[in-house]
Amino acid sequence: MIEFFQQFTNGLAVGGIYALIALGYTMVYGVLKLINFAHGDLFTFGSYLGMTFLISFALSGALPPVLAVVIMFLMVMGCVALSGYLLEKAAYLPLRHTPRLTAVVSALGASIFLQNAIMLFYGPNYEVYPDSLRISSSVNLLGLDVPVMRIIMLSISILLMLALYFFTQKTKLGTAIRAVATDQAAARLMGIDVNRIISLVFMIGPALGGAAGVLLGLYYGQIRYDMGTMYGLKAFIAAIIGGIGNIPGAMLGGMLLGVLEAMGAAYISPAWKDALAFLILIIILIFRPTGILGERTAEKI
Amino acid sequence: MKIASKLQLAGAGVILLVLPHVAGPYWTNLLNDMGLYTILGLSLNLILGQAGLFHMGHTAFYAVGAYTTAILATKFDVPILWTMPLSGLLAGLFALLAARPVIHLRGDYLLVVTIGIVEIVRITLVNNVFGLTGGSNGLLIVNPISIFGFEIFRPIHFYYLILALAVITIILFYLLHNSRFGRALNYIKHDELAAESSGINTTHYKLSVFALGAVWAGMLGTIFAAKIETVSPQSFSYSESVLLFAIVILGGPGSIPGVLLGAFLITGLPELFRELQSFRLLLFGAAMVAMMIFRPQGLIPPRRRVYDVQKYLARFPCAISSRVPNSGAGTAGTPAPNPSTAGAE
Amino acid sequence: MPVLNLSGLHKRFGGLVAVNDVSFEVPRGSIIGLIGPNGAGKTTVFNLITGNYTPDQGDIFFNGKKINGLLPHKIVKLGIARTFQNIRLFQEMSALENVLAGRHGKMNVGILASMFHTSRHRREEQLALERAIKELAFVGLEEQYGNLARNLSYGNQRLLEIARAMAADPQLLILDEPAGGMNEQETQDLLGLIATIRNMGISILLIEHDMTLVMKICDYLVVLEYGAVIATGPPAEIKRNPLVIEAYLGSDDEDD
Repeated sequence: MIEFFQQFTNGLAVGGIYALIALGYTMVYGVLKLINFAHGDLFTFGSYLGMTFLISFALSGALPPVLAVVIMFLMVMGCVALSGYLLEKAAYLPLRHTPRLTAVVSALGASIFLQNAIMLFYGPNYEVYPDSLRISSSVNLLGLDVPVMRIIMLSISILLMLALYFFTQKTKLGTAIRAVATDQAAARLMGIDVNRIISLVFMIGPALGGAAGVLLGLYYGQIRYDMGTMYGLKAFIAAIIGGIGNIPGAMLGGMLLGVLEAMGAAYISPAWKDALAFLILIIILIFRPTGILGERTAEKI
Repeated sequence: MKIASKLQLAGAGVILLVLPHVAGPYWTNLLNDMGLYTILGLSLNLILGQAGLFHMGHTAFYAVGAYTTAILATKFDVPILWTMPLSGLLAGLFALLAARPVIHLRGDYLLVVTIGIVEIVRITLVNNVFGLTGGSNGLLIVNPISIFGFEIFRPIHFYYLILALAVITIILFYLLHNSRFGRALNYIKHDELAAESSGINTTHYKLSVFALGAVWAGMLGTIFAAKIETVSPQSFSYSESVLLFAIVILGGPGSIPGVLLGAFLITGLPELFRELQSFRLLLFGAAMVAMMIFRPQGLIPPRRRVYDVQKYLARFPCAISSRVPNSGAGTAGTPAPNPSTAGAE
Repeated sequence: MPVLNLSGLHKRFGGLVAVNDVSFEVPRGSIIGLIGPNGAGKTTVFNLITGNYTPDQGDIFFNGKKINGLLPHKIVKLGIARTFQNIRLFQEMSALENVLAGRHGKMNVGILASMFHTSRHRREEQLALERAIKELAFVGLEEQYGNLARNLSYGNQRLLEIARAMAADPQLLILDEPAGGMNEQETQDLLGLIATIRNMGISILLIEHDMTLVMKICDYLVVLEYGAVIATGPPAEIKRNPLVIEAYLGSDDEDD
């Protein structure tokens, strides 16, 4: 039971990371019907940026830890958002009116490019997050020791997700995003600047992905240039599980995948952990291709 | 023109035959790698280029073939060449089983699933299932390929073996392209729903092409296993699949010369400019984006098929009065019976 | 026995009832028009017949054999060929290859014969080419056999779709707005073409908004509104039917 609870909270913490990345996939898919394969590498980029800010700018020494982390988060989110914006302009905007799959190839190319740019800059080995910010203590929760880091991670990801949820549901700009996702032509007729909304989506998604990258660095303490591929794929799988294009679906799917993986690793075998996500993907696509919260639509003939 | 192109072909043939004697073992070995990638690229091209199915899991089939050979050769002492048909068969069978449940998926979904297939296969190999695959160390093959008593173990031996396979592959796939089967794949690529509604069993063709591509990759796995001697999971990673994918997409999906060029550019060129090695993937990535924007059809797009139909022209009536003057059919109001159109099976 | 018989067809998309208890039949050798205001469910009925959708309820009989649930290519093989409202040719392939697509289901050679170009493959290929040219000539596109489909005029693209369908040896031809986008002369030619096809013994079911064409050529009309049949009868009778008049006057006149 203790084992189960530990795995469960661990799963939730990792699931929060999946969910944050998945939001980027699902929002882009919503407005462009495109899998932004480079999104996982933006996540990696965010993780490396966070490390750089902490070390190079001596953020971890000069300021109180909480303030340092908050500033770093904001800086990373801003920088990764800018990268997302540039990525869209360079690799996807010119392909807006070509067959969908050319954009998919472009996305793959952008992913390979980003990943190798990070490798050339930071090197091919594991990099380490400064230890001083990684809280190793645990708190006693209902008689169980839970690492503080897990609680912090889960809180930050839930906080970010709630913020996004209220933004898309309650603000005018958020409504515009949903409108573009539902029907681009109609949204344009209503006077919505579709290109601006797409740019916005390409900033919000990567900002969240970048934040997830920092969380991951703080959680595991080490990062690598190619981790974006696997985390990206798993987050995409999470988005499909929840129903691609659906924002609450991505949150649900991410958490679910995190917990299932943790349970699989604990009760089946850790060696098969990475295969589990793909197995779940195949099962979902066979039995419910629209995911848990997605709606079925008929193909227009 | 005809003679000129024949001379070109003969020239290329002579160069290819002499090349390993000039190049020395190091470069010959490199040429062998290029040859393997070329044939693999051609087999992936059937699926990705001809049928337009976004398949990024080709190394999974390659792996099934290589491991079939390695397991049979090391554990059961089967002569390597004998394992080749079985490697192809098992890879094809595996492709059918793996693709059957997901074959209806749309392009980008299929892409992610096929990446998943590669990963699942790789993890299965690492985990040493049934104690057969040797885990992450893989399997060491000691006995060489032997053809009628002649043992193939030097790079130059492999060179001629791979060259022969490449020539056979090019000829067969060229014929396949110019056939009913090749056309069916193209219909599916351009508009699957219209293909199905024209009477083409799209699921059947999509599965067939997956199986065919996998059979080829599997047979090639045998050669790879014999050549590399140590078959281990690292050789069949996701990034290998991406490389193959890039060969087809950059060279020209659906085009045999395109894939040849793509294989040369992606596996050969970086070796010629070694200082570019570490930038190789960075440049691929940028090139993939640029290609999609400026030349989505690839460096050498497929040529259109040529049909000789001269002998059939001007023999059949037209049913539209205002069109063809020598129309056999009457005017719109009084159509003439048209017995010849009804049943030409 | 009628060539086609629909009985009690229902199709829902989410909350929308697209086809509601539709029944009618197509007598052999006749031309039946399916008409109705936009969004009445006409194309959905076609998609049910051709197997692109499966009905939630009801049955479709072709030559007395139940065909609902069969895949589209199986239905083509049985003898129902179609054209599309929004033209679906293989735009990047030649006119000839488009017609060969329609012939595909009548060819038999397998993957190995295709790869080794056996004599059987060559023979079959020649017969198919001859037949494809015949169908192109039939719709007056013989000269254009080598042109890409996308380079043909709109009207010619519609004719090419008909040629592709005819290459499948249909007993029933389903035409979805065949005159859509055609000019006066082209529409006149189309009338002649449809009549010729019928005289070859092929039954025709068509959707068309051009009422003059429909009234001139159809033996019988079926009128749909909100997914349900509101009237059936010969054109002259339908023209006077108050329900039909109201359905048409009560709706706007955009294209689907």
